[in-house]
Amino acid sequence: MKIDVKHVAKLANLTLTEDEIKKFEGQLSSILEYVETLKEVDTDDVKETSQVTGLENVTREDETTPSLTLEQALSNTKSSQNGNFKVKAVFKES
Amino acid sequence: MTRKKIMDIKSLTIAQAKKDLQEKKYSSVELTTAYLDRIEKLNPTLNAFITVSKAEALEQAKKADEQFSNLTIEQLSNYPLLGIPIALKDIYSTIGIRTTAGSTVLENYVPPFDATVVKKLKDAGTIIIGKTNLDAWAHGSSGENSEFGPTKNPWNTAYVPGGSSSGSAVAVAADFALAASGTDTGGSIRLPASFTNTVGLKPTYGRVSRAGIISMSSSMDTIGHFTKTVEDSALYLSVSAGQDPMDATTPDQPVPDYLKNLTKGVKGLKIGIPLEFNPFEDEPTRQANKMKMKEALNVLSKLGAEMVEISLPHTEYAIAVYYIIQPSEVSSNLARFDGIRFGNDRSSFGEEAKRRIMLGTYTLSAGYYDAYYKKAMKVRTLIKKDFDEAFKKVDAIIAPVSPTPPWKLGEKNDDPLAMYLSDIYTVTANLSGNPGLAVPIGFANELPVGMQIIGPHFSEELLFQIGHAYEQETKWFEKRPNI
Repeated sequence: MKIDVKHVAKLANLTLTEDEIKKFEGQLSSILEYVETLKEVDTDDVKETSQVTGLENVTREDETTPSLTLEQALSNTKSSQNGNFKVKAVFKES
Repeated sequence: MTRKKIMDIKSLTIAQAKKDLQEKKYSSVELTTAYLDRIEKLNPTLNAFITVSKAEALEQAKKADEQFSNLTIEQLSNYPLLGIPIALKDIYSTIGIRTTAGSTVLENYVPPFDATVVKKLKDAGTIIIGKTNLDAWAHGSSGENSEFGPTKNPWNTAYVPGGSSSGSAVAVAADFALAASGTDTGGSIRLPASFTNTVGLKPTYGRVSRAGIISMSSSMDTIGHFTKTVEDSALYLSVSAGQDPMDATTPDQPVPDYLKNLTKGVKGLKIGIPLEFNPFEDEPTRQANKMKMKEALNVLSKLGAEMVEISLPHTEYAIAVYYIIQPSEVSSNLARFDGIRFGNDRSSFGEEAKRRIMLGTYTLSAGYYDAYYKKAMKVRTLIKKDFDEAFKKVDAIIAPVSPTPPWKLGEKNDDPLAMYLSDIYTVTANLSGNPGLAVPIGFANELPVGMQIIGPHFSEELLFQIGHAYEQETKWFEKRPNI
């Protein structure tokens, strides 16, 4: 089984070196080969489990409580302006 | 000097320290200083801590001593861990103290809030002595994957202490703190506990709030801890457990008095021995470990427990299921680290994080979701059903924690799959949500061995009862590493 490592890296927003691409091609393929064993298991009438203790639709009152101040929220960013996080432009100017 | 003799930290437990502090045999400042001195002297060899919060710890200790002087006995009962020095895995958010998750992505990150459990531990009066080393993002079984250098096993520094909660296990084993917190997503508390002669609890999924603890795999992450004794583990859980509006997976389930049944013994209890958990195969070097497991079961039989063979038929698929679900959830959880609001950007991720993000992105990607993720979630149902069926026949299950003894540093570095397989006996409980308590069962070739006691959901009380009965008979915790 061969994975298109470059395509997956793009989806994951990761920049990989040529060496890493080569290494991951081999390693990820062998892990995927290993998990192929699941094909042996008959799961035709089996439902998926995503929550093990069976809780459903857990909600709480929609009440405002004290939260982070603006200063606290921005305390770890390298780039802020006028009390906002400053990010790179998403759209290009035409 | 006379006081130092009273305070022998190698034999000290939380239960004993509580008593001593209340009787003013020594102060919390003296106790905390004793641990800080030991850390200063020995941590350079073992690398259990990423950050030691000396100033904060001494300040908290001073405050604790004032409380001991000013409060009545009745008032003091509201602070069940007053003055007790503990360490936190560096994946627990701590206000004002750097929290790295073992990764350079967060090397300068200082959280503006405390995790819910950290708040609870502070409210109970604990002294937070520092933040412990771990495999980056809790990805790993050996502790070697930390970007702050590997943690060494105090029983033999050429060996790994197990991971991912490597520093927390070593902090307790090497007497750097009376307890240390961890997280267990696939064995990250139980495995290092069994490699260091410590008691490690992985609670039921949802028993302890995950809020403010950096997520790895959200459907399996559990928040537990390391202690020297089972009694201390119960004391600690009484503080950490409970419903939290900040974590919707914590149920409205009362927190029992975990000490209540501690000394009830195991007479008449049915213990399941899973046929499928046959560790150490027939490799001659592992015979010693196999013998330890047999001895442990004999002890429990002598104490009056009945051993019953049971079957968990889907065990052989657990690692495959785990290595689809876990990287899928990892890829989603680590997607938020973009370097904009905090931390460094995605180019700072280490190799193992990248490997898991890649694997998870692939198994969740268009065209592969059904074949991998959905299929794995279905087999997970069967694994959970195996446990449900077993617990109709037995009260608890006892199994080995690790298929191998601790390995040497560097031994498994180039083979991720071999490393992943070391979780083969622990991941099933994460997939099914069941609680597991790792308890020391002695030494093989001078390295620690552990067993795990697994119970039905929310049966932590019973696990402590069984673990305590075994521990009182064997007292392995009294043996300390020679460092």
